[in-house]
Amino acid sequence: MLGSGLLQGLAVTAKNFVGSFHDPKRLTTVEYPEKRTVLPEAYRNFPFLVSEKAEDPMGTLRCVACQICEKECPPQCIYIEKSKDKKPDATGKMQIYPAVFLIDSSVCMNCQICVEVCPFDAIKMDQVFEIATQERFHALLLDREQLAKPNSYFHSIRPSEAAEVDGRLAAERKVAEEKAKAAALAKAAAQAKPVAPKTEPAPGAASPKPQNPA
Amino acid sequence: MSLTGDSPLFPSGGAHVRAVNDEFHGDLLEVSMGPHHPSTHGVFRMIVTLDGERIVKLKPVLGYLHRNHEKIGEGTSYLASMPYTDRLDYLNAMTNNWAYALSVERLGGLAVPERAEYLRIILAELSRLQNHVCLAGFLLQDTGASGTPLMYAFRERETILDLFESLSGSRMMCNYQRFGGCRVDASPEWLGQVSTLVDGFGAFLDEFEQLITGNEILMSRTQGIGVLKAADAVAAGITGPLLRAAGVGYDIRKVDGYGLYNRFNFRVPLGAHGDTYDRYMVRILEMRESITILQQALRDIPTGPIMDPKAKLRGFRPKPGESYGRIEGPKGEIGFYLISDGSANPYRYRVRPPSFVNLTVLEDLCLGHTIADSVVILGSIDIVLGEVDR
Repeated sequence: MLGSGLLQGLAVTAKNFVGSFHDPKRLTTVEYPEKRTVLPEAYRNFPFLVSEKAEDPMGTLRCVACQICEKECPPQCIYIEKSKDKKPDATGKMQIYPAVFLIDSSVCMNCQICVEVCPFDAIKMDQVFEIATQERFHALLLDREQLAKPNSYFHSIRPSEAAEVDGRLAAERKVAEEKAKAAALAKAAAQAKPVAPKTEPAPGAASPKPQNPA
Repeated sequence: MSLTGDSPLFPSGGAHVRAVNDEFHGDLLEVSMGPHHPSTHGVFRMIVTLDGERIVKLKPVLGYLHRNHEKIGEGTSYLASMPYTDRLDYLNAMTNNWAYALSVERLGGLAVPERAEYLRIILAELSRLQNHVCLAGFLLQDTGASGTPLMYAFRERETILDLFESLSGSRMMCNYQRFGGCRVDASPEWLGQVSTLVDGFGAFLDEFEQLITGNEILMSRTQGIGVLKAADAVAAGITGPLLRAAGVGYDIRKVDGYGLYNRFNFRVPLGAHGDTYDRYMVRILEMRESITILQQALRDIPTGPIMDPKAKLRGFRPKPGESYGRIEGPKGEIGFYLISDGSANPYRYRVRPPSFVNLTVLEDLCLGHTIADSVVILGSIDIVLGEVDR
């Protein structure tokens, strides 16, 4: 019958109209910004720099200014200047640190490649998406003070990934400490025995590797 | 060509009436549709010459969204091109990633673990579902079914995008595939969510078809409109649902059997008339086949690694050579042609975009139809300008 297809379609719209009053599956929007959906843990947008301690963010940045992210960034939105001097990092080891670390978030395309290539777990993706500003150029060029966020914040947005990273870093530090201890022992033993000192120290007794690239 | 005067490309006063003495009786009207016209799905421009309401000539104008994709790909490392491929056909980041990863894997001789292949198939079929559901919504919007089917389609698409987001971190710019596998593993909960969605998707399609497929107005607007003959489609290099709607059984999932598609049992729907209605129906039927593929994949997915241990993220330098990786994207054959000279970035990086090639038959489909039909025909070709212009 001509028109039966039309009537069937109208039955569907009527069902959806009535359903939108009681069926949450048929009412999918929320009243932003008063109400918000829960972001999934994997959600990413802009990068931030992880610092170990909230009270001293610049002193405890994990970043050692190796510039790998700067090289790999597809839209080239990262700019790093290495420091001339060295500062102790969170574990007390002397490290180079980023004197300048800039990310142009108007260029960043949220691809997460900087996070994947970072061997030090120093840069991670944030979940703050409301970063609109009145100023067009400099307000979106973020420096290291604006980028640094403590590890506790990373735990609050991505608990499982942060726990995994912390566990891995702790294990690596333990290995490094044991190596250093063994090296110190070997050195002490070599000094105690003045005869044939050249064959004694193991080649691994040199500086232990700080971290393995993930 | 002069930029002033009555040049057909740049009419000085916009669309204007011109008296043309030719075999078409009466005056021809030249209308510039786009680039900012909602029916052109982006910044696409059609210069349409009309005799009354009938189209006698149609000239597509492209390139408003050109952003040097291929040249950027030649200047950056292999890895850095991966997020750019998301932005080609921005509705189907997952299949673009896969085609590019496939090409690089052939170049570098990498093997993909079985679980990663299954994940790729799951994500590609989900991508096909949301692309086709989107297309159905937009096509019906173009025919004048204003709002309702589009909103129903988008409600369903959003559930799939939520799954992409919870796996890859982004709804549309997924950047998920890597050379030799996938970036993150799917949790059992995530697979469970996919399974729930797939089980409910058939019911949604039933509802959607009840809403509109039998609608008399839709049939009169689309049946017999924009007929593409099989021989013309093959001659023009058309691929994807457009070709299958013309009745040619060519699906790269069957022809190449890339990934693990040989293990799956599915049918390839074909059209009989090649008109706009067939193009719509082929997509609906393809979605139903995608559901069966997804069910098989979710049933059989093995455990294991998701990355080839030989693959490395940084400093990837394949041996000199060339490769072409193509897959059956939701819009047709999406392929990447790469030439390596042994350095860290490709010597040549070429994209074979399905939308662009499918767009070449637009004038043939539109000739003799009305201007309102040209909008529907363009909608049924399913273009994304990010991919057409690159």
